[in-house]
Amino acid sequence: MTAPATASAAARTGNPPRGAARRRRKRGPGAWAVRAPLLPALVFVIAVTQLPFVATLVLSLFDWNAFHPGGRRFIGLDNYAAVLGDTAVREAVVTTMVLTASVVATALVLGLALALLLNRRFPGRALVRTMLITPFLLVPVAAALLWKHLLLNPEYGLLNGALTWAARLVGDGIAPQPDWISAAPLIAVGTALVWQWTPFMMLIVLAGLRSRPPDSVEAARMDGASEAQVFRYLTLPHLRPYLELGALLGSVHIVQNFDAVFTITSGSLGTANLPYTVYQIFYQAHEYGQASAAGVLVVLGSLVIAAVALRVVSSLLRGEASRG
Amino acid sequence: MARRTLRRVRTAMASAVAAGLFAGCAGAGGAASSPRGGAVDVLMVNNPQMTELRKLTAAHFTKDTGIEVNFTTLPENAVRDKAGQDFAHQAGQYDVATISNFEVPFYARNGWLRPLDPYTAEDTAFDRADLLDPVRRSLTADDGRLYGVPFYGESSFLMYRKDVFAEKGLTMPAHPTWQQVADLAAAVDGARKGMRGICLRGQPGWGEVIAPLTTVVNTFGGTWFTKDWQARLTAPEFVKATEFYVRLVREHGEKGAAQSGYAECLNGVIQGRAAMWYDATAAAGPLEAAGSPVKGRIGYAPAPVERTASSGWLYTWAWGLQKASRNPDRAWKFISWASGKEYEALVGREAGWAGVPAGKRASTYESEPYRRAAAAFWNVTRASIAATDPGRPGTQPRPAPGIQFVGIPEFSDLGTKVSREISAAIAGRQSVATALRKSQKMAERIGERYRSR
Amino acid sequence: MTVLTTAAVSRRSRHGRVFLGMLAWLAGIVFFLPVAWMFLTSLHSEADAAANPPTVAASLGLDGYRAFFGSGGGTSPWPALINSTTVAVTSTTWVLLLALPAAYALSVRPVRGWRDTLFFFLSTKMLPVVAGLLPVYLFARNTGLLDNVWLMAVLHTSMNLPIAVWMTQSFLADVPVSILEAARVDGARLPVILARILVPVIAPGITATALICCILSWNELLLAQVLTSVTAQTAPVFLTGFITGEGLFLAQLCAASVVVSLPVLAAGLAAQDKLVQGLSLGAVK
Repeated sequence: MTAPATASAAARTGNPPRGAARRRRKRGPGAWAVRAPLLPALVFVIAVTQLPFVATLVLSLFDWNAFHPGGRRFIGLDNYAAVLGDTAVREAVVTTMVLTASVVATALVLGLALALLLNRRFPGRALVRTMLITPFLLVPVAAALLWKHLLLNPEYGLLNGALTWAARLVGDGIAPQPDWISAAPLIAVGTALVWQWTPFMMLIVLAGLRSRPPDSVEAARMDGASEAQVFRYLTLPHLRPYLELGALLGSVHIVQNFDAVFTITSGSLGTANLPYTVYQIFYQAHEYGQASAAGVLVVLGSLVIAAVALRVVSSLLRGEASRG
Repeated sequence: MARRTLRRVRTAMASAVAAGLFAGCAGAGGAASSPRGGAVDVLMVNNPQMTELRKLTAAHFTKDTGIEVNFTTLPENAVRDKAGQDFAHQAGQYDVATISNFEVPFYARNGWLRPLDPYTAEDTAFDRADLLDPVRRSLTADDGRLYGVPFYGESSFLMYRKDVFAEKGLTMPAHPTWQQVADLAAAVDGARKGMRGICLRGQPGWGEVIAPLTTVVNTFGGTWFTKDWQARLTAPEFVKATEFYVRLVREHGEKGAAQSGYAECLNGVIQGRAAMWYDATAAAGPLEAAGSPVKGRIGYAPAPVERTASSGWLYTWAWGLQKASRNPDRAWKFISWASGKEYEALVGREAGWAGVPAGKRASTYESEPYRRAAAAFWNVTRASIAATDPGRPGTQPRPAPGIQFVGIPEFSDLGTKVSREISAAIAGRQSVATALRKSQKMAERIGERYRSR
Repeated sequence: MTVLTTAAVSRRSRHGRVFLGMLAWLAGIVFFLPVAWMFLTSLHSEADAAANPPTVAASLGLDGYRAFFGSGGGTSPWPALINSTTVAVTSTTWVLLLALPAAYALSVRPVRGWRDTLFFFLSTKMLPVVAGLLPVYLFARNTGLLDNVWLMAVLHTSMNLPIAVWMTQSFLADVPVSILEAARVDGARLPVILARILVPVIAPGITATALICCILSWNELLLAQVLTSVTAQTAPVFLTGFITGEGLFLAQLCAASVVVSLPVLAAGLAAQDKLVQGLSLGAVK
């Protein structure tokens, strides 16, 4: 588990000797036989994930509101103009960026800190690790409901309950009872997401820490390097690709987040992110053409993130290969 | 090479499917997997009245008729989305759904609903004539047929703390004007520690701040659209009404008004944080409920007016029967039972008369036990509902029915967007003029569409 | 597992280590507290659950669970739980049936352009589901597949296939080449090689892949929210009924969350070691 597997890395980067041997063999008439096992999965993925996007592209050129059956007509790029001119969509873009950036950054920093803590030996480490992973293993809707009702509700939530309890402990028992979700809606959604995603970041960083060559760290310590120096000049540079990977995978998921926004605020109070807004145009306003246009724009935006993410994954694989 | 093949396959399949997409949509008609036999699938809002219905159904309706009812209960917005989607495509997943007088006219026009008068005509026990007139009319479409049967109905009125008013030596006029209400709000503001003069909704949502605000606009002489679909959100009357509303709530309204809706105001009034409240008549139930600290201390007055004789809104949750339903007869049996007199009596016996789904039948208000339980408010409620006229709520003719809304499908979207602007004005982040200028642009786009249709 | 081992370091940071251990425990407790509180509340009565300040020592009972399982006249969660199980198990089976041959073609005997193909699979995972929702809905509506568990299974299969391909590919690539070559030289035929050599080596990896696919399918909300209603409703959709609550429902909500999350927790903790590898698409081991 600790060291990157040499064989796999070599295979994945297509390095000889194994790759070269294969390539020679494939030129023969059996090329299709070699390819055959791949085809079902490939065809399936294309049919189920790519075709709908093509259809979305087509639909985005039509004026089509489900509430006006029969009024469907081709309008070219008008939907794109409408969507780009829609303040709700523009706000959603900002909300999505703010939410994603803040959640990913916070979860990453917390995850790094927790991973560093967990990377030391102390009594009950396995139990603490399990406790830390648990939030990540709740069904997302359940986790969002947990925050919305059990923790943040102004009347019976644990947070305000604890305030009352503390106030009783100190004296008169009259405590401020803020309505957390109304007062700071985006922070409420973000906190719930950070709580769920920190364990994920922690696990990735932990994997990175484990793959750190121990000898260099010890050598540095022997030379009198302080903990801070070891962290700054050895650990952090080594963890960099893992942190990047965590940030990107986190971004890919949180950009697409629907469950938390849907459950905690139903998109109100300025928390509507892009997926929720597209869902709203499609499922509430029933403006199918505009929903499709917005969907296409979201895909274009995602492609940018995806391109960067793929490059990082790719470089990580290569990096492992060269190190191995 | 694999890539090129891949791309070629992609293009070919794409064009095939894209063509197929439209083909099927043209022919509406239930092609969905059929529900179990002997059952009715019902989609409804998770309001307390519906939760009660769900509890009582198995032991009464199913026991008597053998018809099983599969309920899907969801929050209001989710129900609207789901019902809209299912009915628009006539997917037939639900036989019956709770829809409101907002949806009925255009659902009916699009041919998504089954007319219910053939059933009401045959079903004498249902007693169609007993339905309150405004409620029944609001569920009747352009073609004069009934497309929804009400489960409960409500108007809006003004609630105020009688005890606080007495302390301050103030009296509530029998038919208050908004100016009087504003003066009263100033007078009672701060009457007790932490008590504001009035609670008014400020939360975004076409069903939240827009509802009371539009009734104020109506009585100030404004309207969203003229008869020929000219948007009028920057007309002097609309501006004056909105400025009045925003100023009142900013000066004497509840704290955090921009996030307060029906639920928050209800909570605030129960906890003594507001001396007055303008909202749904249905709020009287929880205010006068057994455990409420303000029980017996609330007075009720008709919705305040300016230039109209009355200004209360009209809203009803009603049963709509999807045209694609496979079991219309069974579905009607359920509707007839749930909206019947018998059921109201059943709720009265089992759960107390305060929880009866009222506001739809004249007989409810004749019933002695109900009058006793709702002594403080039944009279004002009935009068408020009776005074409503969704066809002509303001001072001018309207292009679409509706008092606190404009009865067109686009309104849920438009209203929600405008509500965000109003809410921002209530929060003090922009002026009313700016909010309405932006809103006018959005409304103009809708109006344009309708003018060209 | 790199730990500080040298005597010098351990002496210098003895106090620090105790402190950091306590800090780790504190962090663990803070993160776990909401879950523990949810579990505790699920065992409280509704009145105790809604108490402010909270009543930690209130009497425990199973009323919340009884209410959740529908004895209070509510809707029974069983159909939703059964649907979710059906979809998770079916889609995972399909995923494995499609992913294993594909992974074989991408690692053991890699086809030309296998890297591009692998990254193509990955890219589909990064496209927002919401953008394809409408065509999928229209397709389902026109083919009578709305509210159908098998459609959900197909969609979840496509959702999880990229992850499964990446995971199994990386597991297969771990199989030492020498074993395969030796077997081939000995004249063993492909099925024999697969059954005798490959499967035993990668079995733990496949189990982890299956568990992760089950978790992701079980958790999925958006597709199910739009495409299911009465008969095919899944557990997360059932949970959305608790978004706005009327009256006292907190214990019931907690019971529901516990019951629905339990399979995921079990699967997740079982696959703990491979969890990162799966969710980082095999990029991290």
